[in-house]
Amino acid sequence: MIHLPAEQLANLHRLAPEVVLCLFGIVIMALEPFVRGAGRRALGWVGFSGALVALVSVHLAARLPGRAYSNLISVDRFSVFVHVVVIGAAALAILGSLDYLDQEGIQRGEYYALVLFAAAGMGILAGANELVTAFIGLEMSSISSYVLVGFRRRALSSNEASLKYFLLGSFATAFFLYGIAMVYGATGTTRIDLIQAAFRNAPLTALAILGLGLIFVGLGFKVVAAPFQAYGPDVYEGAPTPVTALLASAPKVATFAVMLRIFYVSFGAAGDIWFWAIWVSAVLTMFVGNLAALVQTNVKRMLAYSSIAHAGYILVAFAASTDLGIAAVLFYLAAYVLMKVGAFLVVTHLGQQGEQRLAIQDYAGLGSKQPVLAACFSLFLLSLLGLPATGGFFGKFFAFQSALDAHSIHGNWIIWLVILAAINSVIGAYYYLRVIIAMYFWAPSKDYVPTAVAPALSFALAVAAIGTLYLGLIPGRVLVLAQTAAQSLTLR
Amino acid sequence: MGTQPLLLTVITFLPVLSVAALLLLRSDDHTWIRRIALAASVAEFVVSVLLLRGFDSSEASYQFQEFHHWIGATIHYHLGVDGISLFLVLLTTFLTPLAVLCSWKSIHEHVKGFFVSLLVIETAMIGVFVSLDLFLFFVFWELTLIPMYFMIGMWGHERRIYAAVKFILYTMLGSILMLVAILWLFNQTGTFDLLQIQALLQSGRIVLPSNVELLLFGAFFLAFAIKVPLFPLHTWLPDAHTEAPTAGSVILAGVMLKLGTYGILRFCLPLFPVAAHRMATPIAVLAIIGIVYGALVATVQHDLKRLVAYTSVSHLGFVVLGIFAFNAISIQGAVYQMLNHGVSTGALFLSVGMLYDRRHTHEIKEYGGLATPMPVLMSFFLFICLSSLALPPLNGFIGEFLILIGTFQAHHAWAAWAASGALLSAIYLLWAYQRVALGEVTVEKNKALPDASPRERLILASVAVVIVFMGIASPLFTRRMATSTNVMLQQMDDQLQRRQEAARPLAGPPVGSQAVIVPPSHQAYPALASVAGRRVQP
Repeated sequence: MIHLPAEQLANLHRLAPEVVLCLFGIVIMALEPFVRGAGRRALGWVGFSGALVALVSVHLAARLPGRAYSNLISVDRFSVFVHVVVIGAAALAILGSLDYLDQEGIQRGEYYALVLFAAAGMGILAGANELVTAFIGLEMSSISSYVLVGFRRRALSSNEASLKYFLLGSFATAFFLYGIAMVYGATGTTRIDLIQAAFRNAPLTALAILGLGLIFVGLGFKVVAAPFQAYGPDVYEGAPTPVTALLASAPKVATFAVMLRIFYVSFGAAGDIWFWAIWVSAVLTMFVGNLAALVQTNVKRMLAYSSIAHAGYILVAFAASTDLGIAAVLFYLAAYVLMKVGAFLVVTHLGQQGEQRLAIQDYAGLGSKQPVLAACFSLFLLSLLGLPATGGFFGKFFAFQSALDAHSIHGNWIIWLVILAAINSVIGAYYYLRVIIAMYFWAPSKDYVPTAVAPALSFALAVAAIGTLYLGLIPGRVLVLAQTAAQSLTLR
Repeated sequence: MGTQPLLLTVITFLPVLSVAALLLLRSDDHTWIRRIALAASVAEFVVSVLLLRGFDSSEASYQFQEFHHWIGATIHYHLGVDGISLFLVLLTTFLTPLAVLCSWKSIHEHVKGFFVSLLVIETAMIGVFVSLDLFLFFVFWELTLIPMYFMIGMWGHERRIYAAVKFILYTMLGSILMLVAILWLFNQTGTFDLLQIQALLQSGRIVLPSNVELLLFGAFFLAFAIKVPLFPLHTWLPDAHTEAPTAGSVILAGVMLKLGTYGILRFCLPLFPVAAHRMATPIAVLAIIGIVYGALVATVQHDLKRLVAYTSVSHLGFVVLGIFAFNAISIQGAVYQMLNHGVSTGALFLSVGMLYDRRHTHEIKEYGGLATPMPVLMSFFLFICLSSLALPPLNGFIGEFLILIGTFQAHHAWAAWAASGALLSAIYLLWAYQRVALGEVTVEKNKALPDASPRERLILASVAVVIVFMGIASPLFTRRMATSTNVMLQQMDDQLQRRQEAARPLAGPPVGSQAVIVPPSHQAYPALASVAGRRVQP
């Protein structure tokens, strides 16, 4: 038995989810050379169980809140909430990938390992209490996703997307790093809580604000907020669809989490300044996402633009700069992950071999051919639209509520932000409903032979659908979790 | 005072429960799907009649109240009915079985989905009428949209998809801004509960600055005005009504339009009385334009269903006018006219649907002289037309008459203009009847058309009975409404007066957009003795 000092044990304990994810990833990589054919699919199940064990270990870590590794990592209710959402999204994406990879003939263990490494990176991002650690988490998740995006090696679109994502992504992380350097220059520290303390004693300098701006560019890129959204639709469309499901959900959650930490905690004193950046970015993001989605005929690309629009709604809650705003962001993220992963997994299944069937015409008559699948997809779309009795509705509801609540801080501008968001959700209604129209009102296309939904995928869809309904009917419990998470972030 | 606990919950969710039964049936078992849908909707009607028994007409507050926590500490499951919503619930439960019956043979595809949609709409509409929590109200309000969207889009006529999209986008634009207003109201008052908000505003503990009140009123009113629909927001209506299947049109015209006028009565007036008074004149003018414009456009339609659709624009204009005359009689008339319009226009759509089932066209010129081959159907059609054009002693007369009397006391000119709409309605309906039913049979195919079947006779006869009953026994209805409408008016007056007096020492309206909290000592003001027939000055 190796003897570890108590402090080391506590460190490991607090970092348990990431350790578990990496261990399972390494095991998969080690087993990979020894398995052939159908055995590789089993590696997917290893990956899935890795995610499940990680979820359990999140609860282990949650029992011992505090800091790990000389204050680099922070385990609080906030990071626990984000961990659960991120790892849950990864688990759903793995379930959705199993049959997809078989169908595309690219079943490989490293795929699952990369998903786990990416999830570990996002976990670090969510718990980071130090900017360079955050940068490492960001890079870990980004580099894994660059590879995942290009995983359909023989497809030109996948290669293009991967290269584009890699080049622009590296550029964005460089901005982030440069921002960190400037903040360090201004405050003499890279620790999130110490930066906050530094601003308590000394005024904000232009250098610090410039650093924050660069950090915003880097993170805004990762959450696909305008004006840094241009790469999004291309990458989302070119990536294998289960990877898109992962990419559109988990990294956004983790990046928003670290954004919340940096903006609310470190730069809480600069709230009046960054409010405007968020305000402008939210309006641009919503309009760009929704207006561009209006004219899409490819459902996958439409959903990509829709996830840009949703980043905008989240930014509306973000702009509130109150505890309620953090809680609203967290709740929205949870609902968003369920509906977005669900929607992309439906697209995964309907795409069929080589992702041939992504156009809206290919969805014609699905309501009569595969009623359950169509009903699921309708649920996700209606939730994205924000109809009551779905998680998406409460996400918007709490976001608008928290923003209006911050009226005493930001004045009428935030009311306008909410009104613009409201108008945007009506614009969004048009393109979500168009898919429903195709599924139910159009005559089915004759050449389409429906294929049965594989058990793993149906399980993932069921989880997403039940979760979406749960958050729409009895959101109380998750909301309380989000609120306590929010308090744990700001009470330090 | 109603005491049955749970009665409203049962009424609200019984249709959805029967949906569960429908879902268990095989989709091709059309007979049983129809039977169960009919049985469920009839049972629902019977249960809802129980409300009448327990309803105390002297009680002004909400009855049959139910109150439970739902989400957190602020969102509640709070139900209740008063004299206004009581009859709207009954109207809904009365029209739904008729909608089921009229779809008995005309719906062949996706039969299960159709009846599921219909019953879900019923639950949602009843939910809107009985919710006393703004949040719950909004949830039900939005829930009416999706099944109706499917109903128009899947079982409608040629341009159904266009009509369905137009319907849903129009309504959503209004309702999403209402959501923002609801949230803003919550932000100011700290509660979603209608009764609590009303009490806070009435007692003067919370005073909304007048510009904020105006904006909130505007957001609520826009949502409701789109639903009503008030000129010039009516353009979705002719398309939706014309393209919807018969049952859809019956539900749309019969109940769904009343969601708008109901919302105005329930929220816009009691919560924002000052803004309502400020905006009364422009709104009344729009209502009058709607009355005349709707009537004129209806006159020139060559499509029978579109004609009936435009009559709604005209008739609902009367209701809005009656509400914004702020007069006890006119408001009673408006509530009564909501019911009348539901029954009469629902019946008009039912009979037009019966014609469509026979000839699959709505073109008036395709008909003519139908009284010869089908005397029974055409007699009922005439009877319904007469009810709709407000012939005494039928139901429509009472409602229009009350509105016109009340409005006349408030504004002579408004009443005079509106009365022209009553005249025009006689022209377009009788002319339509003449072109459809009288004279020689002009189209060969029409000579052999079968007269009303027993099922159709049952539908039409039950409507006719209600039409006569509501015409001669109107006190039975108005007595129950009067308490609620009078109290509402009186509370509005109290609030107006308090605001005027509160404004004086402060020298002008409060500045800024935050709510002003007035200390409780400002609360005591004598209640006004009588409200009937008095014009209220803002």
